[in-house]
Amino acid sequence: MASITLTNVSKTYSGAAAPSVAEIDLTVADGEFIVLVGPSGCGKSTLLRMVAGLEEITGGEVRIADRLVNRVDPADRDIAMVFQNYALYPHMTVRENMAYGLKNRKTPKAEIAARVAEAARMLELSPYLDRKPRALSGGQRQRVAMGRAVVRQPAAFLFDEPLSNLDAKLRVSMRGEIRRLQRRLGTTSLYVTHDQLEAMTLADRLVVLNAGRIEQVGAPLEIYHHPASTFVASFIGAPAMNLLDGQSDAAGLYIGGHRVAHPERPLSGPVTIGLRAEDLVPAAEGLPFRTDFVEELGAQRLVHGHVDGQPLVVAMDPAASLAAELRLAIAPDRVHVFRTDTGRRIETAPASARTALVPA
Amino acid sequence: MTRIRPLDHLILILGCLFMLAPVAVAIMTSTHTAADIHVNGLSLAPGGHGIETYQTVLTKRGGFTGQVTGATMAMNSLILGLGFAIGKIVLSMLAAYALVYFRFRFATAMFWVIFTTLLLPLEVRIMPSYQVMSELHLLNTYTGLILPLLASATGTFYFRQFFKAVPDELLEAARIDGAGPVKFFIDILLPLSKTMMAAIFIIMFVYGWNQYLWPMLMTTEERFFTLMRGIKQILQVWVGSQIPDYNQAFALAVLALLPPVLVVVVFQRWFIKGLTESDK
Repeated sequence: MASITLTNVSKTYSGAAAPSVAEIDLTVADGEFIVLVGPSGCGKSTLLRMVAGLEEITGGEVRIADRLVNRVDPADRDIAMVFQNYALYPHMTVRENMAYGLKNRKTPKAEIAARVAEAARMLELSPYLDRKPRALSGGQRQRVAMGRAVVRQPAAFLFDEPLSNLDAKLRVSMRGEIRRLQRRLGTTSLYVTHDQLEAMTLADRLVVLNAGRIEQVGAPLEIYHHPASTFVASFIGAPAMNLLDGQSDAAGLYIGGHRVAHPERPLSGPVTIGLRAEDLVPAAEGLPFRTDFVEELGAQRLVHGHVDGQPLVVAMDPAASLAAELRLAIAPDRVHVFRTDTGRRIETAPASARTALVPA
Repeated sequence: MTRIRPLDHLILILGCLFMLAPVAVAIMTSTHTAADIHVNGLSLAPGGHGIETYQTVLTKRGGFTGQVTGATMAMNSLILGLGFAIGKIVLSMLAAYALVYFRFRFATAMFWVIFTTLLLPLEVRIMPSYQVMSELHLLNTYTGLILPLLASATGTFYFRQFFKAVPDELLEAARIDGAGPVKFFIDILLPLSKTMMAAIFIIMFVYGWNQYLWPMLMTTEERFFTLMRGIKQILQVWVGSQIPDYNQAFALAVLALLPPVLVVVVFQRWFIKGLTESDK
């Protein structure tokens, strides 16, 4: 059990002009499950591999359990990693795969056997201990990779997109298993994924990365309800938040001449207005919405259309009636405002109102 | 595709006959007496002197010193073949390991230097190699026979390609599991390379077994004679009215054929098994 502290960590590959990862400050508390999420190429895997010691740290400090590990060998960092392609040793049985790390650390034989048996029981791998990885299914291989991490009883687990090679159904059940396992063991975990749904469901706290920098850190719902930038707003949540060009003046916020809110703090000039699909409701008065097509999801339906010539998605009750022309309303406190030039969030409500909005 | 096609089989059968006929002729002819062969030429029917010919070949002390038997020569060939194959595998695996897994200056350049030596056959460097061995006083030793030919561009190349295909995550997982460079090589890479080792072993054993020119240069003492030289020796007796021992030459050739065949048969099974089962 341990905390992980990153201080101003950066990584510049030799020959590259710009750093791949820059100015990362992050403290992972003991037992916390942190998910690093971002589009491919945002540096999330690089960051994880720097914590693991597989990638050289070119700037800043990484501390695991308050010990500076910048120059410490991966084996001596007291971490265990689960890889995307499992990286099981193909010539070893499941038992040997799990025991290999312990054997190299000169753990007594009896203890190795006990730990492997315990992990196998926990992961329901006991019947497969003498099989080779090739005789296992994808989900079972994934569990072996996790078992290999678990038997080590490390200070921290590092997961590098562990579920992306599994089919959709298995991914959901493995996701639950990983969460349950982490809760039970209480081991500090860093988890990398590009799947925002996976990130939302697993994380105690999310770290949204973009172009090598931290865009926002926070609890999943906090990020969902209060995205710090248009990037986070469009990345977290499905369907993505609608981002529309709007205008603002002392009297309020406008989309195509229609006022959607009147913020307590007056603004002026062009802004980007963010509206979540599920916050928009049909009403007698409001934004004129022209329907284009409908995606049926069963529990809800996504209606695609246009407002003021800008595309917009609305989530509706499948029972509600549809028309070619609709009027949409939104609660003013659900309107997100971003600067058009930088994409950063503009706080429109006082801090007190904001905390009330986030269910803790 | 279970339908049997007669034409395919015909071609296969013809191919087999084409390959096997000379071997069959050699075996059959070796069972006749030398005089018989001299009069009637090659034959496809078995003669009555098979056992005694092979006995003579294996045990008769011949040669200039009267010390060499077929068994000694077979032993020498075996030492050469095994030394070659094992030495080359060890050396080229280590070289490839260094080239693939260690970052050092000019690694790529060095690889290409090694690779270009593929183009140079042994015969090109045979004089300097001989001189080096001579100055090291390694003429007429097994070391001198085997050592200079161990560096193998082919082997290094194959192992390099093989190691490059091993996923990086395996190395990373091993590093996190606390395996250093030596442990990773022995525990992970070596077992994974079994199939590759089998393949290289087949090629190199046969190559070493069939060496003719190099042993002839390196060794002058008859106790180092290999089977290849023995065959030649038997036919070199055109003195007076003596008929060369054709039958013995054939018998020796047949004996020389057996170990490579055995190696191929044994290792091919591993090789194919490995190819079909392995997933990295």
